[in-house]
Amino acid sequence: MQTSVINIESIRNDFPILKRKVHKDKPLVYFDNAATSQKPIQVIDSISNYYLNYNSNIHRAVHELAEESTAAYELTRDKVAKFINVKNRVELIFVRGTTEAINLIAYSWGRQNVQKDDIVVTTEYEHHSNIVPWQILTKEKGAKLEYIGVDDNGELILDQLDTYLDTGKVKLVTFSQMSNVLGTISKTEEIIKKCRQKGVRVLVDGAQSVPHLKVDIQKLDCDFFAFSAHKMLGPTGVGVLWARKELLENMVPFNTGGDMIREVHKYETTWNDLPYKFEAGTPNIADVIGFSAALDYLDKIGMDKVREHEVELTKYALDKISAVKGIVLYGPPDITKRGGVISFNLGDIHPHDLATIIDEDGIAIRSGHHCAQVLMERLDVSATSRASFYIYNTKEEVDVFIRSLNRARELFRL
Amino acid sequence: MSSADIYREIILDYYRNPRNYGKIENPDISQKDSNPLCGDELEMHINLRENKVADVKFTGKGCAISQASASMLTELIMGKDFDFVKKLTKEDILENLGLHELGPARIKCALLSLKVLKYGIYSYVSEKLNDTVSADKIKEEASGLF
Repeated sequence: MQTSVINIESIRNDFPILKRKVHKDKPLVYFDNAATSQKPIQVIDSISNYYLNYNSNIHRAVHELAEESTAAYELTRDKVAKFINVKNRVELIFVRGTTEAINLIAYSWGRQNVQKDDIVVTTEYEHHSNIVPWQILTKEKGAKLEYIGVDDNGELILDQLDTYLDTGKVKLVTFSQMSNVLGTISKTEEIIKKCRQKGVRVLVDGAQSVPHLKVDIQKLDCDFFAFSAHKMLGPTGVGVLWARKELLENMVPFNTGGDMIREVHKYETTWNDLPYKFEAGTPNIADVIGFSAALDYLDKIGMDKVREHEVELTKYALDKISAVKGIVLYGPPDITKRGGVISFNLGDIHPHDLATIIDEDGIAIRSGHHCAQVLMERLDVSATSRASFYIYNTKEEVDVFIRSLNRARELFRL
Repeated sequence: MSSADIYREIILDYYRNPRNYGKIENPDISQKDSNPLCGDELEMHINLRENKVADVKFTGKGCAISQASASMLTELIMGKDFDFVKKLTKEDILENLGLHELGPARIKCALLSLKVLKYGIYSYVSEKLNDTVSADKIKEEASGLF
């Protein structure tokens, strides 16, 4: 009952955590991948190898350990460039995660480029991390924050974008390539094209898309792109910000201190070259190096195959879950328009109660507002349950999940 | 606790048919709070007469545990001495619900009602009775719940 496209058995063997039991004797069914993915042994080994054999600070020292750690850290940058097809590696900044990347843009680019009465456009299905920084910026500047709405199929209403763009006041359009709640894949290229025609900057939040879809930065032609390592087999605490070189060169540093300087005098400082201008302080060296192994792992499988596997699994899961009595599903019904994320409600069972019940059967799902309260308001619900898949999930696990949903129905006398 | 022990008939009944659900106009105590982690919301209104709870109502949305807990708490304090209400503890609430061994993630759901009640009492005692010493003690108890 594996999906046909990838060898799940051999993949599962690489993930030690998938062998553990929860609630004494229940095999773990991990369906919370949109929150964070599990890590293969290759990533774990690579981190421990760094600490065991060449732990040292990067860029400054001249000893052998530092040369090794610097090379390994910078190699990850090269691999990221190849993975998302970035031409110039200096345009890639390592940050803590997508959240920090967006905050960096809001601070370093936004404060210089968004002024009174300007408009920043976001969408109703954004994660809080792509809303709150823009609320702060627009309030501070006396600018306006506008939202592209979500239709009943869970897709963005792009006519609204046209209306905003026609005002001539939009400075930035920012949106996720894939919704973390609905799984909707945005019409990314179309949105970017519209913005570029009007000379409007575009930020794409790739936190949910890069782990699951092939992403090509040069083809997208956006201005800023952000994603996190930990949702794509890598460690927590590592994210990537990509931006056009000419933008980065004109932006002020976000954090200041060591490593980001060229010369410091008593009252004057000059900045280091890109990308170091934006990487102040000792970075998360071990986890950046670990991320390298995650990129290798996904490369070996191939992102097209990752996507194919998830389409097959999601289709199977949607078929099965639709048959559960009392289920309400959110997001596009069309499988080609969504990723491996299924948000739902079951009768009058509150998502937290549901997650508690099915956790007893070893199933880890997410329940709540998924850091998307604006979308919850739009859907007119206080919360949803969310199952999200990745390369190691199987149809058998979906079956366990469906059986558990039916047990929840019985417990709630539905 | 297993789900079968948590979601007993009585909890589901209070979740689906909450007692004392609603609002009071111009209440002596009005307090609202939410659990930011899960978004459970609760608002409680209380009227006092001769140092007793003359009326109490709540509104809210959230899981079965949080809503049943709130409803059962309103029944527990209705008509009771204000001193009794002030002294209610976490253990009293869990005892009242019959949920003694909730895990760390779900115990907050059960205790949100008590947190709202205690913050409400705090505001009343400090602003209307001007008794800052007792008020601060109650506030400390409320913030210590979770």
